Amino acid sequence: MKCDEVQALLPALLDAGGTPSVEVRVHIETCLRCQADLVRYRRMLRELRELRTRYLEPSPDALSRTLVNLWEAGEQRAIRSMLTGRRLAYLAAVGGLLVIAATTVTVLALRSRRRAPIAGG
Amino acid sequence: MTESDAPGSGNGPEGDHALISAARDGDRMAFEELVRRTYTETYTLAVRLTGNREDAHDVVQEAYLRAWRGLKSFRGDAHFSTWLYRITANTAYSHVNKRRRHRSVPLGELRTEIADEHAPSPEEKAETAALQSRLAMAVAQLPSKLRAVVVLKDVYGLAHEEIADQLDISEAAAKVRLHRARKQLRDLLYDDRPSKESTE
Repeated sequence: MKCDEVQALLPALLDAGGTPSVEVRVHIETCLRCQADLVRYRRMLRELRELRTRYLEPSPDALSRTLVNLWEAGEQRAIRSMLTGRRLAYLAAVGGLLVIAATTVTVLALRSRRRAPIAGG
Repeated sequence: MTESDAPGSGNGPEGDHALISAARDGDRMAFEELVRRTYTETYTLAVRLTGNREDAHDVVQEAYLRAWRGLKSFRGDAHFSTWLYRITANTAYSHVNKRRRHRSVPLGELRTEIADEHAPSPEEKAETAALQSRLAMAVAQLPSKLRAVVVLKDVYGLAHEEIADQLDISEAAAKVRLHRARKQLRDLLYDDRPSKESTE
């Protein structure tokens, strides 16, 4: 097995369930370069875990800005949502009126048609 | 911006429960206190995920807004901070994707910004601290899709399943991205690969 092939597998071997095949293990045990690479990967992973507790300090006014923007954005969305709700209500009302008007016109038209033959006879 | 070892929170999950309950009932002061307690951690995660401070602020803002609006759906079976991490990760991912569609940040600009943020202080002269600084820069240089996975898995310890769920990808895709990310990070940290040389 070649170093390139083994090194391509190293990132997957770092996971908890990442057990190497016998072939890979034998190669690593006898290859100083791949051993060194595995050590580097493990160190990198250790340092990545350390980043979890290395907190980055935000700028001093960031928190207050976030809080101000938070409520402003919340209110804007609430207003938008209310307006959208009202718009929908208006549209529903207009739609309802149109339906009523169309129904009334249709009923009147039908009635006038029925009356017409009686008046003629 | 500086790095520190502990966030400015301090109160335990017991105190959080009362605050969450009050915030659920619409108490803004209670929610503000939750924001104060989690702010540094959320900001740190956002910087790690987006790779820069400006985007991180936008992500934090949006994440807290989503948290406030979605607080009623928080059942309390996880820590508030864990729930918030998920929202932040999701927000950061959408934000980065949206940004990528609208504008591109030149790599040089990104590198400079992160390098400034992680400029080693006198105490950081030890080898480990130097490596961490390089690592933080390297993480910021990764493509956003790879960065999201490596940050969530190798920094924050989320399971593949959770990552897949957060990023709306399959578990297999999450694993592939993770391995690619680790490989790229390794190459960025130790640029010493011999050219096409191999041994039996």
